[in-house]
Amino acid sequence: MSTATKPKYKVIGTRPIRHDGADKATGRAKYGADIKLTGMLYAAMLRSPHAHAIIKSIDTSKAEKLPGVRAVVTGADLPEQGDRIVELGEGAVNMRHLSSNVLARGKVNYKGHAIAAVAADNIHIAEEACKLIEVQYEVLAPVMDVVEAMQPTSPVINSDVKDDSGKPTNVAKTYLFEKGDLAKGFAEADLVIEKEFRTATVHQGYIEPHNATVFWNADGKVTVWMSTQGTFTARQQTAELHRIPISDVKVVPMEIGGGFGGKISVYLPPVAAALSKKTGKPVKLVMDRAAVFEATGPTPGSSMKVKIGVKKDGTLVAGDAWVAFEAGGYPGSPVGMGCMCVFACYDIPNARVQGFDVCVNRPRTNAYRAPGSTQVAFAVETIVDELCEKLGIDPIEFRLKNGAQEGVRRVDGPVFPRIGMKETVQAIKDSPHWKTPLTGKHRGRGVATGFWFNCGLKSAASATVNPDGTVSLLEGSTDIGGSRASISMQLAETLGIRAEDVKPSVVDTDSVGYTDVTGGSRVTFATGIAAIEAAKDIIGQLKERAAIIWECEAAQVKYEDGSVIGPKGKKLTFKELADKLHHTGGAVIGRGTSSEATQGGAFGTHAVDVEVDMDTGKVSILRYTIAQDAGTAIHPSYVEGQFTGGVVQGIGWALNEEYWYDASGSMKNATYLDYRIPTCYDVPTVETIIVEVPDPQHPYGVRGVGEVPIVPPPAAIANAIYNATGVRMADLPMSPPRLMKAILSK
Amino acid sequence: MAKKRHITTKINGDTVEFLCEPRQTLLEVLRNTLDLTGTKEGCSNGNCGACTVLMNGRPVDSCLVLAVEAEDAELKTIEGVACGTHLNAVQSAFLEGAALQCGICTPGFIMQSEALLAENPNPSEQEIRFYLAGNLCRCTGYDKIVQAVQTAAGKRQTESGTKCCH
Repeated sequence: MSTATKPKYKVIGTRPIRHDGADKATGRAKYGADIKLTGMLYAAMLRSPHAHAIIKSIDTSKAEKLPGVRAVVTGADLPEQGDRIVELGEGAVNMRHLSSNVLARGKVNYKGHAIAAVAADNIHIAEEACKLIEVQYEVLAPVMDVVEAMQPTSPVINSDVKDDSGKPTNVAKTYLFEKGDLAKGFAEADLVIEKEFRTATVHQGYIEPHNATVFWNADGKVTVWMSTQGTFTARQQTAELHRIPISDVKVVPMEIGGGFGGKISVYLPPVAAALSKKTGKPVKLVMDRAAVFEATGPTPGSSMKVKIGVKKDGTLVAGDAWVAFEAGGYPGSPVGMGCMCVFACYDIPNARVQGFDVCVNRPRTNAYRAPGSTQVAFAVETIVDELCEKLGIDPIEFRLKNGAQEGVRRVDGPVFPRIGMKETVQAIKDSPHWKTPLTGKHRGRGVATGFWFNCGLKSAASATVNPDGTVSLLEGSTDIGGSRASISMQLAETLGIRAEDVKPSVVDTDSVGYTDVTGGSRVTFATGIAAIEAAKDIIGQLKERAAIIWECEAAQVKYEDGSVIGPKGKKLTFKELADKLHHTGGAVIGRGTSSEATQGGAFGTHAVDVEVDMDTGKVSILRYTIAQDAGTAIHPSYVEGQFTGGVVQGIGWALNEEYWYDASGSMKNATYLDYRIPTCYDVPTVETIIVEVPDPQHPYGVRGVGEVPIVPPPAAIANAIYNATGVRMADLPMSPPRLMKAILSK
Repeated sequence: MAKKRHITTKINGDTVEFLCEPRQTLLEVLRNTLDLTGTKEGCSNGNCGACTVLMNGRPVDSCLVLAVEAEDAELKTIEGVACGTHLNAVQSAFLEGAALQCGICTPGFIMQSEALLAENPNPSEQEIRFYLAGNLCRCTGYDKIVQAVQTAAGKRQTESGTKCCH
């Protein structure tokens, strides 16, 4: 669906085979754990068995004596950080906290917290040596619940996290956003609904565990081979944690096996670097699956209170939200972003949002696909559904009436540029799914909408024209889901060549300009702009080369449809001219950057049909449709793939994923079997509708598509469950025991 | 350390010998000893299927097989699926159908799909979903994988007779 006359593109909108496809289908692609270097040592880590404890002593002497052990490191082997706050690309980080998270210093804040690491001749010796490390703990009471952790009586996890009066607290940060007059807004309302919600801690669940192989050379230069969403932030974090210049660290991106926000913070490179520094050999460190669950950043569980007021005619007049997120063992949950998303789907004149970043004895949380937005959408979108039901208004019509559009100001300040929120609602209204009545017992249909900002940030690219008319593209965005293709296609479109004639490489931090993380749904947008700029730079240079050949002024040369056109009808195709570059001045290298562009925001509306087994509380998804604004879909297959992938993650979050803890703060389901992400047998085909409302901030109208698909599913499914059972769920996940309990107590 | 064992096996049509400790898994030996890193490690406890290989024609999680069990076996890994420089039907269907995003689970899915199509050349969507349910993918939401297997099944049937080199 398009709202404007669609420009005619030759490459954009087609579905070429991705450039890294053959490598990935034959097993040749090298992921982080696949690297093997001469003389390489294998490392393993000792992790805390306690959720909250003081480390009284660490004795590594027995481990060091085990034959085959080459080095042991603890937190004492990383330099002191003091009270430094460093900007790390996606926000400011307290370096003492980051360092303590990588290797504990004096205290463990969650079970699985890294304590020590051993490098040995093979992994088995390293693992045996870890068992020989003797640690004396003074076990403290764990603080697991976000609301309990906020109480003044709660034990405090980080003594250096203080409130305004200087008193230590678990509430690391508070947020307040206000718009209009809240009291006046609620006074105008004919109907007000207020509810409390809880959502569980969930993990990104990427299949590839974290890994890093590091060589600390005799000249002090450090090379890191790893799977990461951002080589430049990994470089900076590694350098800052060792207090060495960033240019002393080179990060070589290996293929990355999923990230979803969880592979931005570093866990292993600084540790492997310390081991390599001690041994003079390359050291490889790979996490096991339990460590991935227990010791990397899941996304926060939450406690929320949301109140919304509407007039009888369905006009939204006021909203009030109180949002507390688990930060984990150190501050830094995405609660601020969650707060900005709470009411972002709507034109709401009077609102207040309060947010709290709260330390608890769980792993330090991290981004997960539209971080913070899924939790708050669950609260808001289920209340909206209840308001519609009570007023007798169709939930689609409510969204068309109150939905955000160009010119509407968000509660946190920014005014929306051209966006496609209502277009996605309309697309669901027009979909075969919505037009097909749902029949049958204990079946229900639900709808929900979600928002995510999408960011711009910084990207760089360079591109060299080859004599055979192809272009070698160097970029710094690690490719998690086909971005080599989506970036190459934009370069090809601009140059008027085929996507297959671009040869993209994701290169190390010494070989390309600064590029921010593969995250924020930014790569196809911002690295795409960098590639377009590089293509324009090439075009400028090609005109000059053609002018040399034709003995005219460069200003007399035009570039059209993949050819240079000169005076008197002279013409050379890109390929013909490429062959003449060696005789007209040598290589043509285009360069491009993107730094100022920001995205207009992405919206998606989802419809779902469920059937509930009233004897067990099990929810089956019968049909699912997503309509999302992609701006302009560069490679529609990968846009659909992002839609479907996000929806299925959202279904897992909605129905069964959660961290289970016992009273001692020990996670009881740190395996895939027990945590249980959806399998292909759990989910139906997801019907995808690509809505295209071009983003004016991008030359071809691209909007990032990766994150917002995960936002609506829990709310949409909760609304469907209500329509199937009459039960309104306010807690995630809506697992069989929880839903059964709600059904029985109705 | 226990004494290393000498194992003779067949991998992708070639006779291969290696030494391993009794505690080493087939996955570890494939990846670390034999440098066949196309077989991926996702969990090392048989939950994710990323390390799926064919052992005497049956799909197995190579993390749950001890390397010593490979004695006299016939193994097929992702490195042995393509015929020289020609991708086979499943591989090309995965690429044409954009059935991978990050690609880490892809080798395991391709091996499991190979086993499925050998057993059942014309599976229904439900049969595909059931057979592949032991392989986890966190990126795609599975639709394009299921569609690729359907496409590959059709392709194999029309191309039957043109046998691959192994």
